[in-house]
Amino acid sequence: MSTSQPPKTSSGSPLWEVFVRSKRGLSHTHAGSLHAPDAHMALRNARDLFTRRQEGVSIWVVRATDVVASSPDEKDPFFDPAGDKVYRHPTFYDVPDEVQHI
Amino acid sequence: MDALEQQFQDTVDGDGRIEPRDWMPEGYRATLIRQIAQHAHSEIIGMQPEGNWITRAPSLRRKAILVAKVQDEAGHGLYLYGAAETLGADRDELLDLLHAGKQKYSTIFNYPTVSWADVAAIGWLVDGAAIMNQVPLTRCSYGPYARAMIRVCKEESFHQRQGFEALTVLANGSPAQRRMAQDALNRWWWPSLMMFGPSDDNSPNSARSMAWGIKRFSNDELRQRFVDATVPQAEWLGLTVPDPDLRYDEETGHYVFGEIDWTEFFEVMKGNGPCNRQRLATRVAAHEEGAWVREAAAAYAAKHSAREVAA
Repeated sequence: MSTSQPPKTSSGSPLWEVFVRSKRGLSHTHAGSLHAPDAHMALRNARDLFTRRQEGVSIWVVRATDVVASSPDEKDPFFDPAGDKVYRHPTFYDVPDEVQHI
Repeated sequence: MDALEQQFQDTVDGDGRIEPRDWMPEGYRATLIRQIAQHAHSEIIGMQPEGNWITRAPSLRRKAILVAKVQDEAGHGLYLYGAAETLGADRDELLDLLHAGKQKYSTIFNYPTVSWADVAAIGWLVDGAAIMNQVPLTRCSYGPYARAMIRVCKEESFHQRQGFEALTVLANGSPAQRRMAQDALNRWWWPSLMMFGPSDDNSPNSARSMAWGIKRFSNDELRQRFVDATVPQAEWLGLTVPDPDLRYDEETGHYVFGEIDWTEFFEVMKGNGPCNRQRLATRVAAHEEGAWVREAAAAYAAKHSAREVAA
């Protein structure tokens, strides 16, 4: 585990990751990143940058340095535990054709 | 080829996407940073030719549309600088390189907008050519660049249509308006064809970019596609494409067009176009004169965080 981005500033402004909820009932999705001096201005910049055409009803901004991400180098071992557990999927089980609604 | 490089190439060959923290060849990273930065610079320099007409747009409707379009170009620049930063580039450094003339932007923005019809022609031709170039980039092998391009392409469609609509009005207007429309087409046609870059036999890095999944079609293929799509639109407008050699080839189903003046292209690229110096000077002045805004924003943020600590 490590932070996803090296700490970076542009003209003294930290980098923020922006997540937008496109409509009620859907979760926030990563839209991109931007620079802003603080969270308040990051939100306003994000509104102007990512929702010029009503693409969102809610925005989250997170300092890029606060995001903790799994490393791609450990991609295989890190996700291995789920690799051999096919019995977690419904398709693993045989159900006779004549049995309905299952 | 070592194991990491093999894994990278397999991902690209399998039409998979490379993401920021994946291993990638240094040449791939450098090529992408250069290309994305150049693309970002083009977006923000591209605000200038059309921005020139915001105060003189012929109606409030056209003015609101033009403001929205120029704002979109700024937004496109920001999406792209963001994508370049995922590769480890520093935004301030990229801007310094642009201001120092060490990184390029598209040659098309070094031509002047002398009449209102030029704004219309830019939307139709320049944004039309940009769409032709950018649609394949939505499937580029580098994830953040491809995702930025999806947003950009959605927005460019409005840019092209508003230009075509504005030009339709002029082409069906008074004789003077028709002349303006034809004059704009005369001046923007060839520079628009140059936007696809040098011909394939003079494009040294194309093969590598293709192997890396950054580029999907050659410059000449995309240029041909643009000509095939655009010539019938010009005919519909009742305007004449300024190319005496232009003809439709029944056999291939494509338009055959005349020789592009590559001397002009390379001269504009070297800095000798009609507006190169003006564009760069305006850009540098905007950056320097905007320094107080960045400082004020930083001071405001510092003051508020100090208050929060005190509270």
